[in-house]
Amino acid sequence: MIDMPRSDFSGLNVPSKPLFSRAGWAALLCAALLVCVVVPVLNLWLPPDHALHLSDFMVGLLGKILTYAICALAIGMIWGQAGILSLGHGLFFALGGYVMGMYLMRQIGADGVYGSALPDFMVFLGWTELPWYWALSHSFVATLLLVVLVPGALAFLFGYLAFRSRITGVYFSIITQALTLAAMLLFFRNETGFGGNNGFTDFRRILGFPLATAEMRVILFAISGVTLLGCVLLVRWLLKSKFGRVLHAIRDAESRVMFCGYNPLPYKLSLWVISAAMCGVAGALYVPQVGIINPSEMSPANSIEMAIWAAVGGRASLIGPIAGAFLVNGAKSVLTVSFPEYWLFFLGALFIVVTLFMPNGLAGVAQQAWAKLRRVRA
Amino acid sequence: MSPDLLDLGAQRMQQAQARALTAPGGSGGRAAGYAHPLQAGVVDVSHGRILYLEDVTVSFDGFRALNKLSLDIAPGELRCIIGPNGAGKTTLMDVITGKTRPDSGTVYFGSTINLLRHNEPEIAALGIGRKFQKPTVFENLTVFENLELALACHKGVWASMRFKLQAEQRDRLAQVLHTIELSQQCHALAGSLSHGQKQWLEIGMLLMQEPKLLLLDEPVAGMTDAETERTAELLTQLKQHHSLIVVEHDMGFVRSICSKVTVLCEGALLAEGTLDEVQADERVIEVYLGR
Amino acid sequence: MSGTTTPFAFRKHIGCCLLLLCALWSAAAHALNPEDAWALAEGETATRIEALNRLALSDSQRAHDLIRALAREAVQVQGQQVLIADNGRWTDATTGAAVDGTGAVAVMLNNRLRNALEQSLAVLDLFDPDPVRQQAAAQRLRESQLTSPDPVLAAQIERALLPPYGQRLAAEARLTLEQAQAVVRLGSSGAPQRMAAAQVLAELAQPLVRNRLAEQLERETDLAVQQALRTAVASIDRTLALAEVVRQVFTGLSLGSILLLVALGLAITYGLLGVINMAHGELIMIGAYATFMVHTLFQQFLPGWFEWYLLAALPTAFMAAALVGALMERGVIRWLYGRPLETLLATWGLSLILIQLVRSTFGAQNVAVVSPQWMSGGVEVMSGLTLPWNRIFIIAFAAAVVIGVALFIGRTRMGLFVRGVTQNRPMAACMGVNTARIDTLAFAFGSGIAGLAGVAVSQIGNVAPDLGQQYIIDSFMVVVLGGVGQLAGTVYAALGLGVVNKFIEGWAGAVLAKIAVLVLIILIIQKRPQGLFALKGRSA
Repeated sequence: MIDMPRSDFSGLNVPSKPLFSRAGWAALLCAALLVCVVVPVLNLWLPPDHALHLSDFMVGLLGKILTYAICALAIGMIWGQAGILSLGHGLFFALGGYVMGMYLMRQIGADGVYGSALPDFMVFLGWTELPWYWALSHSFVATLLLVVLVPGALAFLFGYLAFRSRITGVYFSIITQALTLAAMLLFFRNETGFGGNNGFTDFRRILGFPLATAEMRVILFAISGVTLLGCVLLVRWLLKSKFGRVLHAIRDAESRVMFCGYNPLPYKLSLWVISAAMCGVAGALYVPQVGIINPSEMSPANSIEMAIWAAVGGRASLIGPIAGAFLVNGAKSVLTVSFPEYWLFFLGALFIVVTLFMPNGLAGVAQQAWAKLRRVRA
Repeated sequence: MSPDLLDLGAQRMQQAQARALTAPGGSGGRAAGYAHPLQAGVVDVSHGRILYLEDVTVSFDGFRALNKLSLDIAPGELRCIIGPNGAGKTTLMDVITGKTRPDSGTVYFGSTINLLRHNEPEIAALGIGRKFQKPTVFENLTVFENLELALACHKGVWASMRFKLQAEQRDRLAQVLHTIELSQQCHALAGSLSHGQKQWLEIGMLLMQEPKLLLLDEPVAGMTDAETERTAELLTQLKQHHSLIVVEHDMGFVRSICSKVTVLCEGALLAEGTLDEVQADERVIEVYLGR
Repeated sequence: MSGTTTPFAFRKHIGCCLLLLCALWSAAAHALNPEDAWALAEGETATRIEALNRLALSDSQRAHDLIRALAREAVQVQGQQVLIADNGRWTDATTGAAVDGTGAVAVMLNNRLRNALEQSLAVLDLFDPDPVRQQAAAQRLRESQLTSPDPVLAAQIERALLPPYGQRLAAEARLTLEQAQAVVRLGSSGAPQRMAAAQVLAELAQPLVRNRLAEQLERETDLAVQQALRTAVASIDRTLALAEVVRQVFTGLSLGSILLLVALGLAITYGLLGVINMAHGELIMIGAYATFMVHTLFQQFLPGWFEWYLLAALPTAFMAAALVGALMERGVIRWLYGRPLETLLATWGLSLILIQLVRSTFGAQNVAVVSPQWMSGGVEVMSGLTLPWNRIFIIAFAAAVVIGVALFIGRTRMGLFVRGVTQNRPMAACMGVNTARIDTLAFAFGSGIAGLAGVAVSQIGNVAPDLGQQYIIDSFMVVVLGGVGQLAGTVYAALGLGVVNKFIEGWAGAVLAKIAVLVLIILIIQKRPQGLFALKGRSA
């Protein structure tokens, strides 16, 4: 190598890279407290007529939106960092939900309508024993593993085939649409053994504890919140590392990165599988809170709606997709009750306005405003 | 025979062998003749060739970009490739780095590594580095991050997740930064650099990769005279421990750096030799100037 | 002259006798006994049916009229007279004279009699001068023998085949009657008769016939007849299998032609402009609703021209969809060129808005679009295989559209501009081509084709606001598989996907067929990521 005097570069300033700044850690801690302490107190401890009381319905709604936020984070991660827009992530969400649903169906035990060890829909179809793929659904530990493994394995297979043939961009997005549509059609069939178009419902208990109580609802809410925070930490760690930088490079100039010696396939594939697993976990948290899972969760329209949460919030940021999920779903809850015909107009207009005027979402708008403010001050 | 004479004789023997090893066209001396163990992934230059192309043909929809081209490069050589536009120079580099698969022919790195069996990242990891015609750096990463990306290390997913910059890697990075004179812009976004600075950043990334064979496609395009001179110095210094292929149009630059020149025309070898020989060759004059 | 009759007078006598004979003969030809008429009109069902069978085969025109009148419940009885009542006028059944029949009582009919009447009518129709009606009657008789063999009817058929009646039959009707006869003769006691019956039935490729032959094969004892039966069954099986293949290929082509129409507009906008339009399905829906409106307009204001409403619907749908497409392009999509992923999302938003607009205007349920008369029915291509006319027309329509688009893109000046802008936008702009206007025009053109697809879809399926959603993903797959830049790719991919889908559907059902097609596409893309027919080049 070229010999140069060594004294010149003692001052090389390598930026130190902690995971979060002090303010960031403080915010995380506040969020954890909010989720684990404040909300349970507001719901369980305060009397119902208190001004700050949080109703059971609200706890359930917020818990549901927390799981949606995990999905939005997953989609934002893979879109913002790797430039891959998936319009089929609802499939992984639903698969995680179905795995948890299978466990919950088994937990109903003999309390169902037919009083049989088999789930009601199987008795209705005239089946006499469990199919082989229900074999592990009695075990909670196996269920937890499968919640990550099943969406992960499907994502691995599909991603490997897709990335290997270098399908990118719009082709990839519309193939994910076709994938989730095909899965939805498959799950609608009664013969597939997942409850057909009714899906799974009527759950009773989880790990022996009854599901329908207020305490269980709050606990599930808290678990969802903590999982969300955990996912935030995971994503932050991934993106701060060299892995994240290589992904950025792959997103911007894939062929150039190959000449530096990096094979883009394992990078894209690992991020893809991680995001699918995150969605699977979100689905598994969703089902006990909502009490039902059916194939319409896999509808193509559902997945596209997930993508807009990430777009509204700002896909390149960490908190953006979470904020987007809360905003859009909050608006949905309000509008579908008061003005149901206008909800679709609103959603459609949201898609158009966000892509035309806010390409970096609310986070981008906030960043621009912040930069302007600093310029004005300076 | 006195001991001094014996020593002198041994020294001369060693020098002759060393010369034979690095001389273009030499066959590497005694080591090439005897059987030696083959190590996977290690470039075997015992036969005096680091790159060997034979009868490589590439067609795109009927248009022949390369037409039975044969070429070989000795280790430590700096070869310049010149030729009119459309001669196939960039396609040649595409074939070597794995971006384009030839329709026929063989491409060997050292005596044992068949490049046609590997894809682009593998070829880059084996030790072939390329600098493109247009500077292609990662605009959204900083200069520092660009160089860190090109650092020679394990390029797998898990390695990248756990990656922490070691002290000696940091030192090398600083060294390269100094060489390419971008120490001040260390944390600036690569997209904000000037054209010449981007060219140098790309050369710096190439240096970070520690390749055995460097492919440089018009490295001084758009550079000032001072920058061109600096590039010539850098390349001449690299020549000692690396092999280089340089594609260029600037004849002054070519003269200042290399001894052997290859002329390509319409995908085939037209002439080879020193720059003076080639410039006096009738066919080359016809192809460049027309008649 | 006295005492002797003159030759002229003699001739006059002969003439009178002949005339009388003729009158008597024709009277006999038209004669209907009052007893026979009474036996048909009143009495026990069994005797009435016997009288019916006798009269059906008789030559008497009056008897035939009475039977037809009985079938349309126009026979009444007054005292001992049997009357035929028509619109308040009565005629005597036996004489044909007009009679006053107020106070006449209608005769009773029960189900057995009705069934027998139906068969007799068929037998009567056998002697209708129109060969088409003869054949129709013969087919009715054959179907009834196949489903429930009736010995009485068999006897009638036997008689009908013999002279003098047999000569009045047209060749086609005769063949059909012989097949009907053979169905019964399969069970007869004589082996040569059974063998002859098997050989006759071998030509009739219907599943019911095959079942009858197979049943007979199980009971058959005679070896030669067994062989004949086996050959007959094998021959029918071959024909049925061939018919099935042809049916599947045709249905596949039909589906493929619809996919082609749907995907053609998408391929144009994506191939030429790099824009995947998620609202493409809604443009189809707009075309279908435009057809609905034209159809309703014609129904209300131009009922005489209703058969031709499609001719008006085609340009209307094209213009409506093109207009909406142009608005989409000018308003939203032009700001997103170069950002294909955002275009996906923005056009999805547009599709949501369009669906909700149509839902609010027309309602969420299906609207009925009636096909014109000339598109209904089908053509019988092989024994047992009828291809419907509407699908044949759609295949022809799709072919015409493809040719039209190819001519437009390849031969017109506008098409040249479109191609130029696609291949090198800056250069085209330097040449003075208004690239913005070309973009809008090309997008409108692609949207208009989607509108034409909507016309086709409205004829064979339901028209509802979410019509577009059913076709959009399939059309994406066509574009992915066929590659962009060449029309041929879209054509082959659409037709291929349609045929493959239908073939797999025949074995495994619609859902598994869709999944299999998706897996197939993903596997094909492994080998050729840019699609089957994309242009290859250095900038791959």
